[in-house]
Amino acid sequence: MDPSIFLILVQDGLTSGAIYALLALSLVLVFTVTRVIFIPQGEFVAFGALTMATLEAGEFPRTAIMLLGLGIAAAIAGYLAERRVITKRRLAWLIAETLLLPAVIFVLALWLAPRKPGLLPEMLLALAIVTPMGPYIHRIAFRPLAEASTLVLLIAAVGVHLTLTGFGLVFFGAEGSRTTSFASGSLALGPVMVTGQSLFVLGASIALAFMLYLVFELSLIGKALKGTAVNRLGARLVGIEPSLCGRIAFGVAAFIGALSGLLIGPITTVYYDSGFLIGLKGFVAAIVAGLVSYPAAAAAALAIGIMESLASFSASAFKEVIVFTAIIPVLLWRSLVHTRLGEE
Amino acid sequence: MLELRDLAVAYGGVLAVRGVSLRVEAGSIATVIGANGAGKSTLLNAIMGILPSRGHIVFSASSLEGLPVEARVAAGLGLVPEKRELFSSMSVEDNLRLGAFLRRKEGRGAIAASLDEVFGLFPRLRERRRQLAGTLSGGERQMLAMGRALMGRPKLLMLDEPSLGLAPLIVRDIFEIIASMKRAHVAILLVEQNARAALQIADLGYVMENGTIVLEGSCEALRSDPRVVETYLGIAHA
Repeated sequence: MDPSIFLILVQDGLTSGAIYALLALSLVLVFTVTRVIFIPQGEFVAFGALTMATLEAGEFPRTAIMLLGLGIAAAIAGYLAERRVITKRRLAWLIAETLLLPAVIFVLALWLAPRKPGLLPEMLLALAIVTPMGPYIHRIAFRPLAEASTLVLLIAAVGVHLTLTGFGLVFFGAEGSRTTSFASGSLALGPVMVTGQSLFVLGASIALAFMLYLVFELSLIGKALKGTAVNRLGARLVGIEPSLCGRIAFGVAAFIGALSGLLIGPITTVYYDSGFLIGLKGFVAAIVAGLVSYPAAAAAALAIGIMESLASFSASAFKEVIVFTAIIPVLLWRSLVHTRLGEE
Repeated sequence: MLELRDLAVAYGGVLAVRGVSLRVEAGSIATVIGANGAGKSTLLNAIMGILPSRGHIVFSASSLEGLPVEARVAAGLGLVPEKRELFSSMSVEDNLRLGAFLRRKEGRGAIAASLDEVFGLFPRLRERRRQLAGTLSGGERQMLAMGRALMGRPKLLMLDEPSLGLAPLIVRDIFEIIASMKRAHVAILLVEQNARAALQIADLGYVMENGTIVLEGSCEALRSDPRVVETYLGIAHA
């Protein structure tokens, strides 16, 4: 491996590492706020990329039908959960959030899709279709289990993952798609040509991570999420609803997932089930960070991206094995350092 | 302000609290005293909605039945729990600001005014406003928990063993502040093992044993009641 190949591999690794970092951040967010190990994170990546591909082809994205269905189910679940104490205001909000919003997006998709409105509107539409699925899934699958153990929540997460993957196959078929690159051109940095797309991925990831940081440190709702993560009972005692925080966390996770899908769409061919492996690598990074530390999760994700890229060059058949085996020494080290891992 | 009628709370199959009826009038301090394990904390947790209960809880003329904790906070109830339940990895100021979470639409001015009020009551918190809550001493943690609850402008504040684990001098400070909150028209339900301190500042007292109220009356009457003197105040100080 000569230096220029090494640098190309590192560039590739950083690009995918940046995506894993985004996913790892949202996994940490979802886990600390709701205690859910969010296996279906990867499905949002696939849905984002494939919805975008459908829109590029000028076809109606069938994920919009799913959004409508999830919205209706979420409306029923939300009403059942609150029926005894619901106020008019909350009912109005529930209807707006779970019925009106998806209906508007659905109609918009129906109207906009055949017109091929161009890259940016298509991206925004894809994000609008996928992002609300997060809060709806929280209402349907996880809110009723709010008091359940982490293990039960994990099993529910696996169930959601399998369901979503199934729908993915129905909607998009077994064929993979690749979207057109939205940042063409490249930049010569010494011996390496850095493609515009990887620069864009890196830039977007850094910008998004920084935005998340600002939201958490400065806004009251960010602090409320943090407070819920630190002390659930304390948060309830100041009037913060855990289920609201859960919906926000799931929404952020779905948004990050969909955006990651848009970012990788032009780099790799995405299939209906590609999300799982991508999400799993973000998950490995989150685990390395103990599912609590954001900077550690991001750093671990970049390391995993580089490791994967180097492995795919020198031992391509074992690239996944190498990446997932790397978690074992880390877990050993963690369990030696923290002899007691309390359940938060 | 708050009225409990025939309240019962079960832990598994065991009734930890049964047949409890009590009242807290607006602008007054009521106290529930009793030994460790008498069911006092359970009672507060049930009023707050943390534990499910049977019976009637009426607050400000409306029933709290079925309402989750957050809705009871919104209705004007506040609880400073025995374990304080602070946001330990967040700053003192952030803890206080989250205390006013439900008042977020009132605007910066109103929140800043409340923050000043709380800092006026607890000057120590102002000194430590940038410090993480987890690094505070026991007394400061109690102050922060009370300050955080006050930031929500409760109509009724419930305090669970505010003197627990604190040095006597700090206990005296805390009780002075509790008495001063009454002047600010916050009704208070105080649960204490430290019966002497509690009976000194409260208007109405309830004695709880084995999950039921065995004695009630004005605090003056309770202070001289031989049963209270013998069991909770100690003869030497009677």
